[in-house]
Amino acid sequence: MRRLILALILLLPNIVHASGGVALQKADTDISDTASLQAGAKLFVNYCMGCHSANYIRFQRIGKDLDLSDEELQENLMFTAEKVGETLSIAMDGTDAKRWFGVAPPDLSVIARARGTDWLYTYLLSFYLDPSRPLGVNNLAFQDVAMPHVLWEQQGWQKLVHTTDEHGHEKAELVLVNEADQEKAEKYQKEVRDLVNFLDYVGEPAKLERYSLGGKVIAFLFIFFIFAYLLKKEYWRDVH
Amino acid sequence: MNKILTTSLEWIDTRYPLTKLWNEHLAEYYAPKNFNFWYYFGSLALLVLVLQIATGIFLATNYKPDAQLAFASVEYIMRDVQYGWLLRYMHSVGASFFFIIVYLHMFRALIYGSYKKPRELLWIIGVFIYLCLMAEAFLGYLLPWGQMSYWGAQVIISLFGAIPFVGEELAVWIRGDFVISDATLNRFFAYHVVLVPLILLALVAVHVIALHEVGSNNPDGIEIKKNKDPKTGIPVDGIPFHPYYTVKDIMGVAFFLILFAIVIFYLPEMGGYFLEKNNFFPADPMKTPQHIEPLWYFTPFYAILRAVPDKLIGVVAMGASIVVLFLLPWLDRSPVKSIRYKGWIFKLALFLFIISFIGLGYLGLQPPSSAATFFARLFSVIYFAFFLLMPWYSKIDKTKPVPERVTH
Repeated sequence: MRRLILALILLLPNIVHASGGVALQKADTDISDTASLQAGAKLFVNYCMGCHSANYIRFQRIGKDLDLSDEELQENLMFTAEKVGETLSIAMDGTDAKRWFGVAPPDLSVIARARGTDWLYTYLLSFYLDPSRPLGVNNLAFQDVAMPHVLWEQQGWQKLVHTTDEHGHEKAELVLVNEADQEKAEKYQKEVRDLVNFLDYVGEPAKLERYSLGGKVIAFLFIFFIFAYLLKKEYWRDVH
Repeated sequence: MNKILTTSLEWIDTRYPLTKLWNEHLAEYYAPKNFNFWYYFGSLALLVLVLQIATGIFLATNYKPDAQLAFASVEYIMRDVQYGWLLRYMHSVGASFFFIIVYLHMFRALIYGSYKKPRELLWIIGVFIYLCLMAEAFLGYLLPWGQMSYWGAQVIISLFGAIPFVGEELAVWIRGDFVISDATLNRFFAYHVVLVPLILLALVAVHVIALHEVGSNNPDGIEIKKNKDPKTGIPVDGIPFHPYYTVKDIMGVAFFLILFAIVIFYLPEMGGYFLEKNNFFPADPMKTPQHIEPLWYFTPFYAILRAVPDKLIGVVAMGASIVVLFLLPWLDRSPVKSIRYKGWIFKLALFLFIISFIGLGYLGLQPPSSAATFFARLFSVIYFAFFLLMPWYSKIDKTKPVPERVTH
């Protein structure tokens, strides 16, 4: 069995898994935008945390980084958790989840680092109706994904349309089933951006600190370099 | 005050050769005065080694070598440990920088002939250090317990299985299991934090002692010890390492740290080359990633492995590509050391070698394709030809006369 697995790895490395060949859209997120992060956090706890955990981040940390007091955290984000020191964990058991969906919904703590923000953004915009799937939806960015379109009410349903362009190339395009949903779908894009922004932040909360500390460290090292250079120059005066 | 210090030093010196060691290795170690850019990388490698050990100790105090906990403990370090993210990035970026520095350090030896007599042993010890470093990096890469950690280790350990007769058992013995598992993680942690660092430190000490015995080479490849001041016995082209090269190296360190800090604070993943995206998926023995590749510093050798269709011969070729480095001092038959006085044949051979090595490194990162395989084979042949044809081309190459004194 192991030989077989290795043979597969070494000889057929192009087995498609978990990703279609869809062109990624730019997520264009900004983790310094606290309002966007707050909106994203709210979406995350309301919609994603039904099935997905983010076990490596604590409410307290979110409060500190997103300017939310303990009371605000309790009111807006913590539905089952009691203490702000708790992580964003969920009650659903992995084994149950596997029985219901065929796969346990992954923890999303570092999903933005694994997938990239552009992929997440594209993925959340790429659900479409597909009656051949058990839950009636498929995804252009993640073929045959087990996840249902949780945010369908926000976006409105999309369908896949195959068209041929002037060069005769076939292309697949997602269009809204109901054109009246246009306005809603535009708002949904912004919401997805907030959500992806939040996931990016959750993937590495230290990023907020990293950027500001880096400038100071580099400024110090630069001054240190100037003195080191002058010291070297002084010592080397007598070497010919 | 001064008197107390002098008496204390005397007290120590009668019991331990402190002043003697200081003089032999720093204050009265005479290094050629014409060191250039390429001579910073020795001291920088030492600096990065110390940084890796220091950050490694802090990481080990919070890391859990357990298949159930390892991935989460790394994220714990990244979030809940004070400056844990900084320690982790210093360590992971430090690993890549260690290889950058060591590759440049080895390249320096290659262009200035620092492996040639009387420095053969110095070079060989250096190659052993390089081997240790590869082992250390490979073992350490399993610890975050991500998908690439897991499957990378799976592929590399399975290579031992290609060895006839004992291969499969050997692979099981290394893993401690039939697949990469908790047992493997636990022992790799032990090797990564105790076994290999001990060997590495010992080898580095031996490397420095060997260097100070034969003396440093220089960009001209001239033995400065051949031309000593008859009165003092000091090489006329030599200057004491301390303070001249200590202050120069401090400057080098400052410059290096600026680059290091830029990457740590702004590009710690280096676009997936220093920290791979796939390694943020926790290890899953049931799910093979579509594309397994080692980190960039191993890819030249990985490309050689993949260039050979037969698994066993591929493993042998990969091993040979490193073993051949040991033979370098005896493959080079040129009468001169430095590239400055070598002829066009060596320069051309070196140029092709650089192209091949970087080319192999690039191809090792790409998914296999027929074009990639063609180039990987071509570059592999050039890689080996550079070494194996050296006795011939270095002999017929026209060299220039070497000056008596070092030049600037």
